[in-house]
Amino acid sequence: MIVLYIVTGILLVVSWKANATKTRKALKIAWKRFARILPAFGLMVMAVAIVLPLIPPEFIARSLGMNNRWLGMTVGSLLGSISMMPGFIAYPLSGILLSQGVPYMVISAFTTTLMMVGVLSFPLEKQYLGTRPALLRNLMSLLIALLVAVITGFAFGEIAL
Amino acid sequence: MKRNLVLFGLFVGFLGVSWGVQFQPGIAIFHSFVSFSWSLIKVVPCAFIIIGLFDVWIKRETVEKHLGEGSKMLGYFWVFALAATTVGGLFVALPVAAALARKGARTGMLFTYLAAATITRVPMTIFEATFVGIKFTIIRFVVSLPLLILASEAMAKLFPHFQMQEKE
Repeated sequence: MIVLYIVTGILLVVSWKANATKTRKALKIAWKRFARILPAFGLMVMAVAIVLPLIPPEFIARSLGMNNRWLGMTVGSLLGSISMMPGFIAYPLSGILLSQGVPYMVISAFTTTLMMVGVLSFPLEKQYLGTRPALLRNLMSLLIALLVAVITGFAFGEIAL
Repeated sequence: MKRNLVLFGLFVGFLGVSWGVQFQPGIAIFHSFVSFSWSLIKVVPCAFIIIGLFDVWIKRETVEKHLGEGSKMLGYFWVFALAATTVGGLFVALPVAAALARKGARTGMLFTYLAAATITRVPMTIFEATFVGIKFTIIRFVVSLPLLILASEAMAKLFPHFQMQEKE
Protein backbone atom coordinates (compact mmCIF):
# COMPACT_ATOMS: atom_id res chain seq x y z
CA MET A 1 0.00 0.00 0.00
CA ILE A 2 2.82 2.39 0.88
CA VAL A 3 4.40 1.55 -2.47
CA LEU A 4 1.29 2.98 -4.14
CA TYR A 5 1.71 6.33 -2.34
CA ILE A 6 5.42 6.47 -3.14
CA VAL A 7 4.82 5.69 -6.82
CA THR A 8 1.99 8.23 -7.07
CA GLY A 9 4.13 10.86 -5.31
CA ILE A 10 7.15 10.28 -7.54
CA LEU A 11 5.03 10.36 -10.69
CA LEU A 12 3.40 13.61 -9.60
CA VAL A 13 6.71 15.30 -8.78
CA VAL A 14 8.37 14.16 -12.03
CA SER A 15 5.33 15.22 -14.03
CA TRP A 16 5.20 18.62 -12.26
CA LYS A 17 8.89 19.28 -12.96
CA ALA A 18 8.43 18.29 -16.60
CA ASN A 19 5.30 20.31 -17.23
CA ALA A 20 3.23 21.97 -14.53
CA THR A 21 0.33 22.91 -16.83
CA LYS A 22 0.00 19.34 -18.06
CA THR A 23 0.08 18.05 -14.49
CA ARG A 24 -2.63 20.46 -13.42
CA LYS A 25 -4.68 19.23 -16.35
CA ALA A 26 -4.05 15.61 -15.28
CA LEU A 27 -5.32 16.32 -11.78
CA LYS A 28 -8.37 18.05 -13.20
CA ILE A 29 -9.07 15.03 -15.41
CA ALA A 30 -8.57 12.69 -12.43
CA TRP A 31 -11.09 14.62 -10.38
CA LYS A 32 -13.61 14.86 -13.22
CA ARG A 33 -13.52 11.12 -13.91
CA PHE A 34 -13.73 10.32 -10.22
CA ALA A 35 -16.68 12.68 -9.65
CA ARG A 36 -18.54 11.17 -12.60
CA ILE A 37 -18.32 7.62 -11.27
CA LEU A 38 -18.77 8.53 -7.59
CA PRO A 39 -22.52 7.74 -7.47
CA ALA A 40 -21.83 4.20 -8.70
CA PHE A 41 -19.08 3.86 -6.10
CA GLY A 42 -21.61 5.00 -3.49
CA LEU A 43 -24.09 2.32 -4.57
CA MET A 44 -21.40 -0.34 -4.36
CA VAL A 45 -20.32 0.78 -0.88
CA MET A 46 -23.93 0.67 0.34
CA ALA A 47 -24.47 -2.80 -1.13
CA VAL A 48 -21.27 -4.06 0.48
CA ALA A 49 -22.08 -2.42 3.83
CA ILE A 50 -25.50 -4.09 3.98
CA VAL A 51 -24.58 -7.55 2.67
CA LEU A 52 -21.21 -8.23 4.31
CA PRO A 53 -22.48 -8.32 7.92
CA LEU A 54 -24.96 -11.01 6.77
CA ILE A 55 -22.14 -13.33 5.70
CA PRO A 56 -19.37 -13.05 8.32
CA PRO A 57 -16.21 -15.20 7.92
CA GLU A 58 -17.44 -17.62 10.63
CA PHE A 59 -20.59 -18.27 8.59
CA ILE A 60 -18.51 -18.83 5.45
CA ALA A 61 -16.20 -21.20 7.33
CA ARG A 62 -19.16 -23.22 8.58
CA SER A 63 -20.83 -23.35 5.16
CA LEU A 64 -17.70 -24.52 3.36
CA GLY A 65 -17.08 -27.27 5.88
CA MET A 66 -19.93 -29.39 4.59
CA ASN A 67 -19.43 -33.08 3.99
CA ASN A 68 -20.45 -33.25 0.36
CA ARG A 69 -17.69 -31.77 -1.83
CA TRP A 70 -19.92 -31.02 -4.83
CA LEU A 71 -22.37 -29.23 -2.60
CA GLY A 72 -19.46 -27.50 -0.86
CA MET A 73 -18.12 -26.37 -4.21
CA THR A 74 -21.50 -24.96 -5.25
CA VAL A 75 -21.99 -23.16 -1.94
CA GLY A 76 -18.39 -21.93 -2.07
CA SER A 77 -18.86 -20.42 -5.51
CA LEU A 78 -22.08 -18.71 -4.44
CA LEU A 79 -20.55 -17.27 -1.28
CA GLY A 80 -17.44 -16.19 -3.20
CA SER A 81 -19.58 -14.43 -5.78
CA ILE A 82 -21.61 -12.36 -3.33
CA SER A 83 -18.83 -11.77 -0.83
CA MET A 84 -15.94 -9.33 -0.85
CA MET A 85 -12.82 -9.95 1.17
CA PRO A 86 -9.22 -8.82 0.85
CA GLY A 87 -6.61 -11.52 0.12
CA PHE A 88 -4.92 -11.11 3.49
CA ILE A 89 -8.13 -12.33 5.16
CA ALA A 90 -9.38 -14.81 2.55
CA TYR A 91 -6.20 -16.89 2.20
CA PRO A 92 -5.32 -17.33 5.88
CA LEU A 93 -8.97 -18.33 6.38
CA SER A 94 -8.59 -20.81 3.51
CA GLY A 95 -5.44 -22.21 5.14
CA ILE A 96 -7.32 -22.84 8.38
CA LEU A 97 -10.22 -24.48 6.54
CA LEU A 98 -7.81 -26.78 4.66
CA SER A 99 -6.25 -27.89 7.93
CA GLN A 100 -9.76 -28.73 9.13
CA GLY A 101 -10.24 -31.04 6.16
CA VAL A 102 -12.16 -28.82 3.73
CA PRO A 103 -11.28 -30.05 0.19
CA TYR A 104 -9.06 -27.98 -2.10
CA MET A 105 -11.78 -27.86 -4.74
CA VAL A 106 -14.15 -26.13 -2.32
CA ILE A 107 -11.48 -23.60 -1.35
CA SER A 108 -10.74 -23.07 -5.03
CA ALA A 109 -14.39 -22.43 -5.90
CA PHE A 110 -14.65 -19.94 -3.06
CA THR A 111 -11.44 -17.97 -3.57
CA THR A 112 -11.61 -17.89 -7.39
CA THR A 113 -15.20 -16.60 -7.48
CA LEU A 114 -14.32 -14.21 -4.66
CA MET A 115 -11.81 -12.60 -6.99
CA MET A 116 -13.46 -12.96 -10.40
CA VAL A 117 -17.19 -12.65 -9.80
CA GLY A 118 -18.56 -9.49 -8.22
CA VAL A 119 -22.26 -9.35 -7.43
CA LEU A 120 -21.77 -6.44 -5.04
CA SER A 121 -19.55 -4.48 -7.42
CA PHE A 122 -22.06 -4.98 -10.25
CA PRO A 123 -23.52 -1.44 -9.97
CA LEU A 124 -20.03 -0.07 -10.64
CA GLU A 125 -19.17 -2.58 -13.35
CA LYS A 126 -22.43 -1.82 -15.15
CA GLN A 127 -21.52 1.86 -15.41
CA TYR A 128 -18.24 1.07 -17.10
CA LEU A 129 -19.12 -1.91 -19.27
CA GLY A 130 -22.86 -1.67 -19.81
CA THR A 131 -25.36 -4.14 -18.35
CA ARG A 132 -25.06 -7.00 -20.84
CA PRO A 133 -21.26 -7.12 -21.14
CA ALA A 134 -20.98 -6.86 -17.33
CA LEU A 135 -23.46 -9.70 -16.84
CA LEU A 136 -21.72 -11.90 -19.39
CA ARG A 137 -18.29 -11.18 -17.96
CA ASN A 138 -19.45 -12.32 -14.52
CA LEU A 139 -21.17 -15.39 -15.94
CA MET A 140 -18.09 -16.47 -17.90
CA SER A 141 -15.95 -15.84 -14.83
CA LEU A 142 -18.22 -18.08 -12.77
CA LEU A 143 -17.89 -20.87 -15.34
CA ILE A 144 -14.10 -20.50 -15.45
CA ALA A 145 -13.94 -20.56 -11.63
CA LEU A 146 -16.03 -23.76 -11.48
CA LEU A 147 -13.82 -25.41 -14.08
CA VAL A 148 -10.71 -24.41 -12.15
CA ALA A 149 -12.27 -25.87 -8.99
CA VAL A 150 -13.09 -29.20 -10.66
CA ILE A 151 -9.59 -29.54 -12.16
CA THR A 152 -8.12 -28.64 -8.76
CA GLY A 153 -10.22 -31.46 -7.31
CA PHE A 154 -8.73 -33.92 -9.81
CA ALA A 155 -5.19 -32.66 -9.24
CA PHE A 156 -5.43 -33.18 -5.49
CA GLY A 157 -7.11 -36.57 -5.87
CA GLU A 158 -10.36 -35.41 -4.29
CA ILE A 159 -12.43 -36.58 -7.22
CA ALA A 160 -11.71 -39.31 -9.74
CA LEU A 161 -13.23 -40.39 -13.02
CA MET B 1 -27.90 10.93 -10.00
CA LYS B 2 -30.80 12.34 -7.97
CA ARG B 3 -32.14 8.87 -7.21
CA ASN B 4 -28.71 7.84 -5.92
CA LEU B 5 -28.51 10.89 -3.68
CA VAL B 6 -31.92 10.11 -2.17
CA LEU B 7 -30.87 6.50 -1.66
CA PHE B 8 -27.64 7.58 -0.02
CA GLY B 9 -29.50 10.06 2.20
CA LEU B 10 -31.90 7.31 3.34
CA PHE B 11 -28.95 5.04 4.01
CA VAL B 12 -27.11 7.60 6.14
CA GLY B 13 -30.37 8.42 7.96
CA PHE B 14 -30.87 4.72 8.70
CA LEU B 15 -27.34 4.47 10.09
CA GLY B 16 -27.89 7.56 12.26
CA VAL B 17 -31.17 6.26 13.69
CA SER B 18 -29.64 2.80 14.25
CA TRP B 19 -26.86 4.45 16.21
CA GLY B 20 -29.36 6.49 18.22
CA VAL B 21 -31.55 3.57 19.29
CA GLN B 22 -28.66 1.05 19.42
CA PHE B 23 -30.20 -1.13 16.69
CA GLN B 24 -27.50 -3.83 16.46
CA PRO B 25 -27.84 -4.87 12.77
CA GLY B 26 -27.75 -1.19 11.80
CA ILE B 27 -24.60 -0.69 13.83
CA ALA B 28 -23.01 -3.73 12.15
CA ILE B 29 -23.84 -2.17 8.77
CA PHE B 30 -22.33 1.10 9.96
CA HIS B 31 -19.08 -0.63 10.88
CA SER B 32 -18.86 -2.46 7.57
CA PHE B 33 -19.68 0.81 5.77
CA VAL B 34 -16.82 2.63 7.50
CA SER B 35 -14.29 -0.15 7.01
CA PHE B 36 -15.10 -0.68 3.33
CA SER B 37 -15.16 3.07 2.60
CA TRP B 38 -11.79 3.38 4.29
CA SER B 39 -10.29 0.57 2.21
CA LEU B 40 -11.47 2.44 -0.92
CA ILE B 41 -10.26 5.85 0.25
CA LYS B 42 -6.79 4.39 0.77
CA VAL B 43 -6.49 3.27 -2.86
CA VAL B 44 -8.91 5.02 -5.21
CA PRO B 45 -7.57 8.63 -5.15
CA CYS B 46 -4.05 7.44 -6.05
CA ALA B 47 -5.47 5.27 -8.82
CA PHE B 48 -7.36 8.20 -10.36
CA ILE B 49 -4.32 10.50 -10.11
CA ILE B 50 -2.21 7.93 -11.97
CA ILE B 51 -4.99 7.56 -14.56
CA GLY B 52 -5.04 11.36 -15.01
CA LEU B 53 -1.29 11.41 -15.56
CA PHE B 54 -1.63 8.50 -17.99
CA ASP B 55 -4.31 10.47 -19.88
CA VAL B 56 -2.07 13.51 -20.46
CA TRP B 57 1.34 11.89 -20.89
CA ILE B 58 0.87 8.62 -22.78
CA LYS B 59 0.47 8.93 -26.52
CA ARG B 60 -2.52 7.28 -28.13
CA GLU B 61 -0.24 5.69 -30.76
CA THR B 62 1.75 3.87 -28.07
CA VAL B 63 -1.29 2.14 -26.60
CA GLU B 64 -2.82 1.57 -30.02
CA LYS B 65 0.34 -0.09 -31.29
CA HIS B 66 0.70 -2.51 -28.36
CA LEU B 67 -2.91 -3.12 -27.33
CA GLY B 68 -4.90 -1.94 -30.35
CA GLU B 69 -6.38 -3.78 -33.34
CA GLY B 70 -3.03 -4.67 -34.88
CA SER B 71 -1.36 -5.72 -31.64
CA LYS B 72 0.65 -8.93 -31.50
CA MET B 73 1.01 -11.64 -28.87
CA LEU B 74 3.31 -9.32 -26.95
CA GLY B 75 0.21 -7.26 -26.18
CA TYR B 76 -0.91 -10.01 -23.80
CA PHE B 77 2.39 -9.74 -22.01
CA TRP B 78 1.83 -6.01 -21.38
CA VAL B 79 -1.74 -6.57 -20.31
CA PHE B 80 -0.75 -9.27 -17.83
CA ALA B 81 2.15 -7.21 -16.49
CA LEU B 82 -0.19 -4.28 -15.91
CA ALA B 83 -2.83 -6.54 -14.37
CA ALA B 84 -0.39 -8.21 -11.98
CA THR B 85 0.69 -4.86 -10.59
CA THR B 86 -2.81 -3.35 -10.36
CA VAL B 87 -3.73 -2.65 -6.74
CA GLY B 88 -7.16 -3.07 -5.22
CA GLY B 89 -9.54 -5.01 -7.40
CA LEU B 90 -12.22 -4.44 -10.00
CA PHE B 91 -12.94 -1.00 -8.60
CA VAL B 92 -9.45 0.10 -9.69
CA ALA B 93 -9.16 -2.15 -12.75
CA LEU B 94 -12.37 -0.74 -14.30
CA PRO B 95 -11.23 2.92 -14.44
CA VAL B 96 -7.78 1.77 -15.62
CA ALA B 97 -9.41 -0.26 -18.42
CA ALA B 98 -11.49 2.81 -19.33
CA ALA B 99 -8.25 4.82 -19.61
CA LEU B 100 -6.76 2.15 -21.90
CA ALA B 101 -9.94 2.15 -23.98
CA ARG B 102 -9.69 5.93 -24.51
CA LYS B 103 -6.20 5.41 -25.89
CA GLY B 104 -7.36 2.83 -28.39
CA ALA B 105 -6.89 -0.58 -26.73
CA ARG B 106 -9.09 -3.21 -28.37
CA THR B 107 -12.01 -4.90 -26.62
CA GLY B 108 -10.39 -8.33 -26.28
CA MET B 109 -7.38 -6.78 -24.54
CA LEU B 110 -9.62 -4.76 -22.20
CA PHE B 111 -11.52 -7.84 -21.02
CA THR B 112 -8.29 -9.83 -20.74
CA TYR B 113 -6.87 -7.06 -18.57
CA LEU B 114 -9.99 -6.95 -16.37
CA ALA B 115 -10.04 -10.70 -15.81
CA ALA B 116 -6.28 -10.85 -15.27
CA ALA B 117 -6.43 -7.97 -12.80
CA THR B 118 -8.87 -9.95 -10.68
CA ILE B 119 -6.78 -13.13 -10.52
CA THR B 120 -3.09 -12.38 -11.06
CA ARG B 121 -2.36 -9.53 -8.64
CA VAL B 122 1.06 -10.11 -7.10
CA PRO B 123 0.42 -9.50 -3.36
CA MET B 124 -2.72 -11.65 -3.48
CA THR B 125 -0.93 -14.47 -5.29
CA ILE B 126 1.83 -14.46 -2.68
CA PHE B 127 -0.77 -14.80 0.08
CA GLU B 128 -2.40 -17.64 -1.81
CA ALA B 129 0.82 -19.57 -2.41
CA THR B 130 1.83 -19.10 1.24
CA PHE B 131 -1.39 -20.15 2.90
CA VAL B 132 -2.93 -22.58 0.42
CA GLY B 133 0.10 -23.89 -1.42
CA ILE B 134 2.08 -23.30 -4.59
CA LYS B 135 0.58 -26.32 -6.37
CA PHE B 136 -2.90 -24.81 -5.93
CA THR B 137 -1.69 -21.48 -7.35
CA ILE B 138 -0.02 -23.13 -10.35
CA ILE B 139 -3.14 -25.14 -11.22
CA ARG B 140 -5.25 -22.02 -10.99
CA PHE B 141 -2.94 -20.09 -13.30
CA VAL B 142 -2.47 -22.86 -15.86
CA VAL B 143 -6.20 -23.52 -16.14
CA SER B 144 -7.60 -20.01 -15.90
CA LEU B 145 -5.19 -17.93 -17.98
CA PRO B 146 -5.88 -19.52 -21.40
CA LEU B 147 -9.60 -19.66 -20.58
CA LEU B 148 -9.80 -16.01 -19.65
CA ILE B 149 -8.07 -15.00 -22.89
CA LEU B 150 -10.53 -17.16 -24.86
CA ALA B 151 -13.50 -15.74 -22.94
CA SER B 152 -12.25 -12.19 -23.47
CA GLU B 153 -11.82 -12.65 -27.21
CA ALA B 154 -15.30 -14.18 -27.30
CA MET B 155 -16.63 -11.05 -25.55
CA ALA B 156 -14.98 -8.92 -28.24
CA LYS B 157 -16.74 -10.98 -30.94
CA LEU B 158 -20.09 -10.80 -29.11
CA PHE B 159 -19.95 -7.04 -28.61
CA PRO B 160 -18.37 -5.65 -31.79
CA HIS B 161 -19.42 -2.07 -30.98
CA PHE B 162 -18.34 -2.23 -27.36
CA GLN B 163 -17.46 1.16 -25.87
CA MET B 164 -16.14 1.81 -22.43
CA GLN B 165 -16.72 5.00 -20.50
CA GLU B 166 -17.59 6.28 -17.07
CA LYS B 167 -21.32 6.89 -17.31
CA GLU B 168 -23.80 8.74 -15.11
